[in-house]
Amino acid sequence: MTTTHPRYQVTIEADAKVPIIRMTRDFDATPAQLMRAHTDPDLFARWVGPNGMETRIVDWDATTGGRWRYVAARDGEEYGFHGSFHEVGERRIVQTFTFDGMPDDVALETLWFEDLGDGRTRLHAQSLVDSFEGRDQWLASGMEVGVEEGYAKLDALLAELP
Amino acid sequence: MSDDQLSRVFAALADPTRRDMVARLAVGDATVGELAAPYDMSIQAVSKHVKVLADAGLVTQRRDAQRRPCHLEAEVLDLMTKWIDRYRQQAQERYERLDAVLAELQDDATPNSQPTRQRGAAS
Repeated sequence: MTTTHPRYQVTIEADAKVPIIRMTRDFDATPAQLMRAHTDPDLFARWVGPNGMETRIVDWDATTGGRWRYVAARDGEEYGFHGSFHEVGERRIVQTFTFDGMPDDVALETLWFEDLGDGRTRLHAQSLVDSFEGRDQWLASGMEVGVEEGYAKLDALLAELP
Repeated sequence: MSDDQLSRVFAALADPTRRDMVARLAVGDATVGELAAPYDMSIQAVSKHVKVLADAGLVTQRRDAQRRPCHLEAEVLDLMTKWIDRYRQQAQERYERLDAVLAELQDDATPNSQPTRQRGAAS
């Protein structure tokens, strides 16, 4: 079977009732490969970004109860991030996420990998932040915090515009 | 747009009724009474929603005799769209890098073009 290698698009939606951001993206890979790319520190550092930033893993124990810390650097500026691995399962990762610049804020992130068959897997990523205010501030601050959230409510709105 | 105003725009658009109002105002100006018509809520409640939109800079009300129609300031939405696009683009770029990493893993996993199953996945 031939595939045309579609450019898989990220879908982003924000929950209206709770300060949650949900994101999905399909990949030409197995759940196990996606798991490796998220738990192997060398692989992870290669893609986590953002663009133009060098990621240096400082601390990494991708096991249930483990912890992580990395620094993203660009033009001499460094941004640190850290958290705990609450659960590292076969197809699911639950972890906390804190930007060092906002140490009182913590997001709870759940990632899971849905096997679509044909060697494709759908990544589901969900971030629960402390409050709507926190989410908006976070978004509005323009900081590249690694969780690329958008505002699906706005997207839906804009899609309705003529 | 200042971060403060951006926050207000986000907060204003966090409400489904206000998003609906903005979508309708995108088609054309409307009075508070006209905006209220399809909703099961009082004119006062609709006025409050309009005020939140106005405070965020999304809506202005012209003094047009008695009518005072609400007008959508579409350029504020344009700024929002650009801003959202930036975030979406970042996610897209990030996952395209992940695509490349995964493609390498794919090659590793099939040295003799013989697909090898990851152990333990189905047990």
